[in-house]
Amino acid sequence: MIKTDVIIIGAGPAGLFAVHQLGIKGLKAVVVDNLDKAGGQCIELYPDKPIYDIPAIPSCTGEELTNKLLEQIKPFKTQFYLNERVDEVNQEKENWIVKTNNNNQFSAPNIIVAGGVGSFEPRKLSLKEAEKFENESVFYSVKNKENFKNKNISIFGGGDSALDWSLELSKFSKITLIHRRNEFRGAPHTLNEIKKLESEGKISIKTPCQLVSIEGNKNINSIIVKFDDGKTEKIQTNVILSFFGLVMKLGPIAEWGLSMNKKAIEVNPQNFETNKKGIFAVGDICTYPGKLKLILSGFHEVALASVECFKRAKPNEKYRFEFTTSSKTIQGRLGKND
Amino acid sequence: MSKITYKDYQGNTKTIDVEDGLSIMEGAIQNNIPGIDADCGGSMACATCHVYVEENWLNKIPKVEEAEVDMIDMAFEPKKNSRLSCQLIVTKELDGLTVTTPEKQS
Repeated sequence: MIKTDVIIIGAGPAGLFAVHQLGIKGLKAVVVDNLDKAGGQCIELYPDKPIYDIPAIPSCTGEELTNKLLEQIKPFKTQFYLNERVDEVNQEKENWIVKTNNNNQFSAPNIIVAGGVGSFEPRKLSLKEAEKFENESVFYSVKNKENFKNKNISIFGGGDSALDWSLELSKFSKITLIHRRNEFRGAPHTLNEIKKLESEGKISIKTPCQLVSIEGNKNINSIIVKFDDGKTEKIQTNVILSFFGLVMKLGPIAEWGLSMNKKAIEVNPQNFETNKKGIFAVGDICTYPGKLKLILSGFHEVALASVECFKRAKPNEKYRFEFTTSSKTIQGRLGKND
Repeated sequence: MSKITYKDYQGNTKTIDVEDGLSIMEGAIQNNIPGIDADCGGSMACATCHVYVEENWLNKIPKVEEAEVDMIDMAFEPKKNSRLSCQLIVTKELDGLTVTTPEKQS
């Protein structure tokens, strides 16, 4: 059991800035996120796209914003628990106990839910029969390349993941790349490589077409795809790899007894506390009258929530509002005092 | 105000007066129309406000941009008449439009 002052669920911009607002108040935090890296939607949905409404930053990409936030919270040496999803939240006297799907347990008087729209999960194939082959011959990511050697692999998707894995796996397997339209989204260099391998007969490209059925019992023998003109084709396949991006699932958050409105958690906009004392919700996942799903709103929300967290984590201390510009204590916490 | 009809995959319809200037997605969310999730809130980053537009309307609505087509690649069962409803802004010209929501969004 790891004890801390605040458990932050979600490592998007709101979760990261929460570390800062808590840190300057002398509070310790841990961050748990289901993704393999910090940044949330910024890093997963639009790492290269510009954001124009961060105050005083005329333009930055999702990735740049994430990196700046990580730099800003570096002095606090916060522990991140990535690739972990919070499954259970239970109360034990004044503290909340959080359990993850990786069997980590945390205890703290405060939880800040900065969960965005929930946790990211791969978008599954729409064909129902794909489900029974999942993790046997249907995969949504490549964890170990060795398992994909000397196979007939059908890869679905038109973006970077589909293209990059087609290139990589074509070194030792027969690849069919299948996409619903003729155009692919990918770096020009990658597209050229794919075209080259196609002309050498190492990759077969099927467009514009979509999957209509999977044949096989325990393992897949073949798949049938249908072209836009109505023709169908059978393709020998042992393995299906599908790359249709990620979807956001609210997941276990819905089961923690928090008062919800549609998919958002209702909060008191004075301190962003939920209906449970000591559980706060900030960023896209919270709702209150006038809520805007903006990153800058998330920053404001964590600042106010952190004050309430202080009161609960240090009930015997008086909270004193201070400015980073003039407070020697804060500057010390930021490692600025020499 | 323009009349927008939302039809679900089973054929049930609901017609709503949507304020001009709102997106078809916002019209659905504000009126509790099921079948449109809009997880990302309209930033064209999730493809969960995917709808099918009736063929005879395809030429009358604003043309699809490349970034939207890229995102539609990710949608559940995309078709030729697929659009993201967050990108369809209601104007007088859209009065009477029917959009059909897919069986599910993800």
